[in-house]
Amino acid sequence: MTNHWVDIKNADLILIMGGNAAEAHPCGFKWVIEAKKQRKAKLVVVDPRFNRSASVSDYYAPIRSGSDIAFLSGVINYLLSNDKIQHEYVKHYTNASFLIDERFGMEDGLFSGYNADKRTYDKETWKYQLDKDGYAKVDETLQDPNCVFQIMKKHYARYTPDVVAKITGTPKDAFLKVCEMIAATAAPDRTMTVLYALGWTQHSVGTQNIRSMAIIQLLLGNMGMAGGGINALRGHANVQGITDMCLYSDTLPGYLGAPTDADVDRKTYVEKRTPKALRPNQMNFPQNFPKWWTSLMKSWYGKAATAENDYRYDWLPKKDTSYDVLAMFERMHQGKMNGFVCQGFNPLASVSNKKKVGDALAKLKYLVIMDPLVTETSEFWKSYGEFNTVDPAAVQTEVFRLPVAFFAEESGTCTNSGRVIRWHWKAVDGPGESMNDCDIMASLYIKLKEMYAKDGGAFPDPILNLSWPYRIADEPSPEELLMEISGKALADLPDPKDSTKTVAKAGEQLASFAFLKDDGSTACGNWIYSGSWSQAGNNTAKRDSSDPSGLGQTLNWGYAWPVNRRIIYNRASCDPTGKPWDPKRAVVKWLGDKWGGNDVPDMRPDAKPEEGVMPFIMNPEGVARLFTRDLVMDGPLPEHYEPFESPLEANPMHPGNPKARSNPVSRVYKGDMEAFGTAKDFPYVATTYRLTEHFHFWTKHGKINASLQPEQFVEIGEELGKERGIATGDRVKVRSNRGYIKAVAVVTKRIKALDVDGKKVHTVGIPLHWGFVGQTKPGFITNTLTPVVGDANTHTPEFKTFLVNIEKA
Amino acid sequence: MIRDPKDLQRYNASERANHWTVGISFILLALSGLAFFHPAFFPLTQFFGGPVWARILHPYIGVVMALAFVVMFLRFKALNEMTPTDWAWVKQVRQMVDGDDHNMPEQGKYNGGQKLLFWALAASVLLLAVSGIAIWRAWFDFGVGFVRFGAVVHAGAAAVMIGLIMVHIYAAIWTKGTIRAMWYGTVTRAWAKQHHRAWYRQMTGK
Amino acid sequence: MALQSLDIKQRSATTTPAPRARQTVEVAKLIDVSACIGCKACTAACMEWNDVREEVGTCAGVYDNPSNLTENAWTVMRFSEVEQNGRLEWLIRKDGCMHCADPGCLKACPSPGAIIQYANGIVDFHQENCIGCGYCVTGCPFNVPRISKTDSKAYKCSLCSDRVAVNQAPACAKACPTGAIQFGSKEDMKDYAAKRITDLKERGYDKAGLYDPQGVGGTHVMYVLHHADQPGLYAGLPADPGISPLVSLWKGAAKPLATAALGLVALGSLFHYVMKGPNEVSKETEKEVEDEDVKKEKAA
Repeated sequence: MTNHWVDIKNADLILIMGGNAAEAHPCGFKWVIEAKKQRKAKLVVVDPRFNRSASVSDYYAPIRSGSDIAFLSGVINYLLSNDKIQHEYVKHYTNASFLIDERFGMEDGLFSGYNADKRTYDKETWKYQLDKDGYAKVDETLQDPNCVFQIMKKHYARYTPDVVAKITGTPKDAFLKVCEMIAATAAPDRTMTVLYALGWTQHSVGTQNIRSMAIIQLLLGNMGMAGGGINALRGHANVQGITDMCLYSDTLPGYLGAPTDADVDRKTYVEKRTPKALRPNQMNFPQNFPKWWTSLMKSWYGKAATAENDYRYDWLPKKDTSYDVLAMFERMHQGKMNGFVCQGFNPLASVSNKKKVGDALAKLKYLVIMDPLVTETSEFWKSYGEFNTVDPAAVQTEVFRLPVAFFAEESGTCTNSGRVIRWHWKAVDGPGESMNDCDIMASLYIKLKEMYAKDGGAFPDPILNLSWPYRIADEPSPEELLMEISGKALADLPDPKDSTKTVAKAGEQLASFAFLKDDGSTACGNWIYSGSWSQAGNNTAKRDSSDPSGLGQTLNWGYAWPVNRRIIYNRASCDPTGKPWDPKRAVVKWLGDKWGGNDVPDMRPDAKPEEGVMPFIMNPEGVARLFTRDLVMDGPLPEHYEPFESPLEANPMHPGNPKARSNPVSRVYKGDMEAFGTAKDFPYVATTYRLTEHFHFWTKHGKINASLQPEQFVEIGEELGKERGIATGDRVKVRSNRGYIKAVAVVTKRIKALDVDGKKVHTVGIPLHWGFVGQTKPGFITNTLTPVVGDANTHTPEFKTFLVNIEKA
Repeated sequence: MIRDPKDLQRYNASERANHWTVGISFILLALSGLAFFHPAFFPLTQFFGGPVWARILHPYIGVVMALAFVVMFLRFKALNEMTPTDWAWVKQVRQMVDGDDHNMPEQGKYNGGQKLLFWALAASVLLLAVSGIAIWRAWFDFGVGFVRFGAVVHAGAAAVMIGLIMVHIYAAIWTKGTIRAMWYGTVTRAWAKQHHRAWYRQMTGK
Repeated sequence: MALQSLDIKQRSATTTPAPRARQTVEVAKLIDVSACIGCKACTAACMEWNDVREEVGTCAGVYDNPSNLTENAWTVMRFSEVEQNGRLEWLIRKDGCMHCADPGCLKACPSPGAIIQYANGIVDFHQENCIGCGYCVTGCPFNVPRISKTDSKAYKCSLCSDRVAVNQAPACAKACPTGAIQFGSKEDMKDYAAKRITDLKERGYDKAGLYDPQGVGGTHVMYVLHHADQPGLYAGLPADPGISPLVSLWKGAAKPLATAALGLVALGSLFHYVMKGPNEVSKETEKEVEDEDVKKEKAA
């Protein structure tokens, strides 16, 4: 979330799309109700199903799963062609005026630089035109045909309401009604907040779904505002924390890019990731990358990391290929993996195409499961009849089950969607032989280190020299870990304004990442968490809910990253002169000599408005990117592509170009391509989702939750029910090209057939909580049905749209 | 009381046993039923081992009574058909109640009042049985409308039946020499001659 | 459930006043159906606080699980898909005891002290006094009490009388994530409801209103409905509930009248006996029979 949960109450309009906040985030949803009650806010829901969020909405519009970009592009076109944008905001705070390389263009659905063989883009033509000083050229009149604004107008003009209705199946009047409501928030004193979740990310165009909405919020001037922003509602309680700590191979903690084979030495690596400002006077905050990275290396390797040895850059693994979940299981399926440590993860149930996952696990030599519960994955080798048809004798994988404690059975932090890091205290001991995850990992590490020390090995140094300062070596305490993550001074740090003073003495906790150094005098395990445990103590344990502004800016409740800032880009809540766009909801403002207000300003505190330091400090250009080059693989502007399994033969935007039918740069492995089904055999659009009554695959183990939603079901509309002779309560079989599940049919008015490109499209809704272990009635793994293809950037699987057929079982 | 071989046999052993099965069941039912009907009678549940036992037992006793009553009904049905003489007797019942039975029409084994009581009891038992099943939640689950109707009918029929039985008992006490018919099965000839002359003649051939 | 002893308004099968020295504020739970997302947190919280567990059932093709109120599920969600003014609506109503001011269950209950109505309006079952007759089920206008299959006691929502007695909101209200369940004094709840109704009317629900049916003297669980003119849309919420006339007759007039009538029969008989004396066989008849015997003997 750019904003935070409580801030939702400040919105005038709440759009829920690509998510179902009432269903999946009922506790946070209270703030939607608060906004409705206290601010008379309106709630709009756009979803293939009339869902629980829609049940309390003011307006609902149906949409075909997988066509969000067409819908949102239509909204952008509406805003641009009806002049419903916040001009001052767009002009000053976005790159609308920036000039793009003249060679840039799009032809029949493919942007310039496409390489069909490699399925990648060469992004050379997507860049800014630079002047002689290396700054981006701008045209403040927004008239230059190569300026972003004009490129966008041309790009989006194609998404007329008729085109949108044709692709999305949303009735035109419903689409226009939503446009009208959204457009009303272009006024500086009106804001819209957007709540989304996996309904946008789990598509082959997931990243671009979200970019589309970011563009809308920028055009409306809703970023940085109270009650605005674009808010990803995270699924697990601490999935934000996991992302922040970057337990992925692509990044190091704090979203620092991990080195690849191409980064031959530290200099190359660091320079590539330390940008130069693209406009004068901009903060260009990522210029501090060397400080963050060096402090991380000091945290990991301590005294062993010195300037002379490049802070042991050579000890970091260099990424050679993809290690996302689809890539890992592909490699496992090819028999190229020996072992798999599966911690708090149930891939047999959670990853696409259960058959492929099961086959892959059977090719391992060993599988280690660390989980509090008996997961389907830990039983993948066991026959559960129709639910899991396996011959145990044919599986040679050795499975180790290590019972771990639940979150309530250990202390530590959880970071919520709003980036608020909150300490929690252990409530009870874990049952039986269970241990904390951390203690298991520490014990494993100590054993490994002993073995390396004794027997040597291929590359022992990173293991042998890992900094391990914990009081009890095999039980690092959560307090020690948070202090380490937050960071400390390794030497006395002189005050830059007065060299006779110090800002921190050696060994002291640092107040924020502002004090991190690239000379090895500071250590910090994750720069964005810096300050969470300062000299003042554990800031994440603060529990003062006082809210002086009444905006829900409870700065003494937990600790938000970065630097306890609750609304990021909050400088953009003020006009260029530093006055809030909406004084009634002032987040920060220029106080004459410094920035201040109800939040930690997202701005250099003494940056006078006339200096023109722009709010989007993490971008070298200082402004937000409507048109983007970095970080996206599949185009600088979002374009509608069909899901990989679509009821349509061609992309209605580009009917003549099969290359542009689906995301042209999504990665598809051999075998997975063949496993796609076609509309001829599988005519219905399926989408998977969660229900309030259950949390993922956990709560089916709990008796109460099991009684609230006891048995697997699928949802279909009344029209499809009639067509297929299915009545509510019937048992049905749902097939995709990868397998089948059986479930009870819920035949409902809440799913309507949509008219898409002259074709009637039915949706089959498939909740995913059931499996063959737990207290609920045994069920099938929903991901038996889903295809193995992901977003081009994140490789998040396309769980939300695929094709199925349905019949009475 | 001395038994005289010349006494007339009014009820055989089986009939007496049948009667007392109904009678005892009825008393138990009345006691427990009244307990559920009005709080004033709630302490009566203590006769049954407490209120829960009273609730459990009551319907089963009801089944016993209903079945025993059916047998009795079949036994005595024919003897209880109303005749014109019975109706004439009923018309003069005031004299009878006043204690003057000299001018009462001659009666067979049962007089008109007894016969009417017989039919009223039969109707009550029928209603009680049907409504009792309607409200017997341990075994049945009918629609709430039916159950409510059943509850009213059950209470009403029970009140009527209790009243009738009180009259029945009182009549037996009031008419001396009657109760022994249900103890030993016999009545004196004089008793028969006075109260049921036609039956007396039938039995004695006089 | 909990025993409070000084603030009892009514006690089942009891004809004398109950202890009512302590006067407490009349409370109410307000269920704002327009803010309810049907998450069932209330159902779960109810089972947790009261420490009861419903069996794992089956899916019948609807979201309604537990599928009905039971001795273990004291509150359940009822989902209705309706079309109103050309718009689809998914109405979700939390069902459970309404805590009527004039409770049909209490009226019907034959067991002294099995059902208690506190001064604060809560109608509570005291299962240790329950005899399992099911009269409360017969008496309830909302079809709420359930008789346990295992112990034959009647169970229903207690409005967390144990929590309320120590100034805590009921578990469901505490757990409700959206504030759809509010708890407080009945007056405050009515004021709050009025605000919600104004808001709903502004959003185009012309018939929004409060459900506090006067046929049962008002309830201590009230609903804010978008369509107060059609409570039946909400999974058959009765439009004008009241204690059935049959139940009123049964546990009302019939009680004293029948008791008096039976008393009169008994007394009438007694007085008849003492005033008229027994109906004995007359001396003449006895003599007639004896004479006949003599005659017979002589003839022999």
